[in-house]
Amino acid sequence: MGAVSVKPEALATRLGGLSLPTGMTPARDAALARLSAMGLPGKRDEYWHYTHPSAFNAATAMPAAVGDNGAALFAGLDAVKLVFVDGVFDAASSDDLTLAGVSLSRLATAPEGHWAQASYGALEAAGQSPIARPWAALNTAYASDGLLIHVTGKAAKPLSVIYLRRNETSDVVLHHVVKLEAGAELTLLEQGPAASRFNHVLEVDLAPSARFHHIRAQGRDLARHAVTHIFAHLAAEALFKSFTLTADGALTRNEAVITFAGHDAKAHIAGAAMGDGAFHHDDTVFVTHAAERCESRQVFKKVLKHGAVGVFQGKILVKKGAQKTDGYQISQALLLDDDSQFLAKPELEIYADDVKCSHGSTSGAIDDGALFYLRSRGVPLRVAQSLLILAFLADTIAEIEDDVIAEDIRAQLETWLARHES
Amino acid sequence: MANLDVDLPLLEVREGVDRETIETVAAMGAYKYGWATDIEMDYAPKGLSEEIVRLISSKNGEPEWLLDWRLAAYRRWLGMEEPHWAMLHYPAIDYQDQFYYATPRSMAVKPKSLDEVDPKLLATYKKLGIPLKEQALLAGVEAPEGERRVAVDAVFDSVSVGTTFKAELAKAGVIFCSISEAVKEHPDLVRKYLGSVVPPTDNFFATLNSAVFSDGSFVYIPPGTRCPMELSTYFRINAENTGQFERTLIICDRGAYVSYLEGCTAPKRDTHQLHAAVVELVILEDAEVKYSTVQNWYPGDEQGRGGIYNFVTKRADCREARAKVMWTQVETGSAITWKYPSCILRGDDSQGEFYSIAIANNAQQADTGTKMIHLGKRTKSRIVSKGISAGRAQNTYRGLVSMHPKATDSRNYTQCDSLLIGDQCGAHTVPYIEVKNTSSRVEHEATTSKVDEDQLFYCRSRGMSEEEAVALVVNGFCREVLQALPMEFAMEAQSLVAISLEGSVG
Repeated sequence: MGAVSVKPEALATRLGGLSLPTGMTPARDAALARLSAMGLPGKRDEYWHYTHPSAFNAATAMPAAVGDNGAALFAGLDAVKLVFVDGVFDAASSDDLTLAGVSLSRLATAPEGHWAQASYGALEAAGQSPIARPWAALNTAYASDGLLIHVTGKAAKPLSVIYLRRNETSDVVLHHVVKLEAGAELTLLEQGPAASRFNHVLEVDLAPSARFHHIRAQGRDLARHAVTHIFAHLAAEALFKSFTLTADGALTRNEAVITFAGHDAKAHIAGAAMGDGAFHHDDTVFVTHAAERCESRQVFKKVLKHGAVGVFQGKILVKKGAQKTDGYQISQALLLDDDSQFLAKPELEIYADDVKCSHGSTSGAIDDGALFYLRSRGVPLRVAQSLLILAFLADTIAEIEDDVIAEDIRAQLETWLARHES
Repeated sequence: MANLDVDLPLLEVREGVDRETIETVAAMGAYKYGWATDIEMDYAPKGLSEEIVRLISSKNGEPEWLLDWRLAAYRRWLGMEEPHWAMLHYPAIDYQDQFYYATPRSMAVKPKSLDEVDPKLLATYKKLGIPLKEQALLAGVEAPEGERRVAVDAVFDSVSVGTTFKAELAKAGVIFCSISEAVKEHPDLVRKYLGSVVPPTDNFFATLNSAVFSDGSFVYIPPGTRCPMELSTYFRINAENTGQFERTLIICDRGAYVSYLEGCTAPKRDTHQLHAAVVELVILEDAEVKYSTVQNWYPGDEQGRGGIYNFVTKRADCREARAKVMWTQVETGSAITWKYPSCILRGDDSQGEFYSIAIANNAQQADTGTKMIHLGKRTKSRIVSKGISAGRAQNTYRGLVSMHPKATDSRNYTQCDSLLIGDQCGAHTVPYIEVKNTSSRVEHEATTSKVDEDQLFYCRSRGMSEEEAVALVVNGFCREVLQALPMEFAMEAQSLVAISLEGSVG
């Protein structure tokens, strides 16, 4: 099931220049064994139907010019700043790893006996069934660094991770582990392009009533490639919210694997993506309801022009006994010209009868009627188009609870639109 | 209403699903068409080989080109792998453990008219409610004589038993006969169009069918002709361990119209039987085809013993401008259903519609849906799919909507609804949506639920009893599809569909 194993020599070539980092050895060995068993995804792999994995399969990262990402986001927030440059932790630019209610350490320097040894790679391993995710297994095996975050109470401040990039051929593998104890709360912010080729895994383990907010802005570098995975495991009454903004980038595959293990939990995942030209963006979501009365919500919107391609693969799996599940999913694309494409596969797989699950998917151009209305009131064409595009994306921003953060994201959208008016 | 004293030990009545619905679903287990006709049969030797392909071809007295066509398909099939991407689980099929050709001995010399047909065969169709006497109507419909007549091609295992109203149809220029007859009488038409919609290389089951198809129906509607009556093919599998591989080819020429009905049943057997059909529709400029199916092959028993494995390739090619096709299907039978009636919307302004009710009960598994391939400008498609799962059944909607770059200003609307009755079954939706131009609009909606509480509350607040309210809401679930059926079939479908209708109608 899952990945179609390509020739063993292809995997050997891919892993050729790599050696397993030290620390977390049993987890890394197990991940390497998983990866060897599943192989790399190929063109005929159903899970990679709309996105060619060749850029990730290649032995080395393709050069990608370092772009201007503008001023850092979320500057108005009082947060703990953590900076990675081409995947290397930059202690000088970062704040101290101390925060009330939070134990914060680095994967690269985690000593023997560290709490994360029991967690590292565990959710990734669980997320390999029923569908194989080879890049996540590769990440667990080869991640060079990452953050190990253990939250026991309400974190006093958000953590703000900034990924900078200086090198045109950086090939970076980072792996973060987040563990929230019962009732704990944390907001995690991530921004920046990180690398020419970026493989990112975020494991989030939420104990009962824990609350986790995640806001991510992926860097605007035009030629970068990224494959990211979020694995979230929710105990009873936990809350998981994740929002991702993607503007530009040659190829982005964002996977989210969410599992409801306890009753009455909620997970909301949203994404806004904007691409102009050589842009391929893939949101792949797999939500498993294995407990009663949980609510999942997926809201994904894409604005595409000049040959940009948007992909959405979202699945809601409701297991036997997960009664009173409320599953919702919407994926929409605005195609601004005839060269762009939207490819969607919104799936439902349901084995419980007392559930409410729905998905919707639409695709089309800017509504002529709305455009005419605005123009007839004296709004110039470009402004009217931008207004309607912002209105289209507004549903995703509405998923962000913090107003300051939402405003920063909205400003990013406006900047992008202003840059890409023609 | 079927027998209401049926024991319902497995089904717990959930709040919101009315008793009648559950009883109707349960009663479906009592398959009405499960008897077999005791008749002397001639079989080709068991198994599949080039010799069998040659034998089928020679039994049908086919020309060389068709034999070559079959053999090419057979050789290709040998190198193909059975697809397993559908959400269907069944033991491996032994393609050598089947008969590929079975015909009643009395049909060895083809009867010249229905009067010469073996009375046992005629009695079989009569018992199925498909009297082959002309002027007769499908059961359950009262209509004045001379109105709403239906011409029937009756296919029994591997051969067509007879076709009614041929003479009258010929007056209108309509050709309606078995495909083996068409190969002889209208070779140019068959050669031109056979395999032009579903090529012999299309997929594993279609390729198998291309090699071994035994009979089926052929329809040609000449330009500007509205077919004077509805056409119907009734497929009956009777022989044991015999696969049925019929091939239907319908050509609707410019400005013509035809409504075509298809029904099918099979006896109860403890072993699975294979059915791999191909249906090709060629629709030219301004022509319209309505194709309605009530698929009621034997579904197997409660434990999943027996039942038909139904692997069908159906495709309509709206080849020219303003061509229109409407697929309507009511899928209640078969142990395994693998079926995706598709529309290739090639002509500008062509339209495709797909209305489906798929009901799976007990151990049935259905993986069915449609493909809408938009190639022409301003093409429109509409998909309405209603899936109902009960018992331990699995019901999957699988579909593709593809808007090609040149299919500008096109539209698609898709609605897939699933209803689950009982907590042991599954309902799944697997749509693929591919949009490659900006001016087309695609909308897809899918829901899975039990009966909606808000709607119930609304009805209750207007003074309806709980049962009346549920009956009304559940009735609405399938109605869009039932309404798309021709009247003759709507009657049969209503009694099949496990949904209670208003009051006690149906």
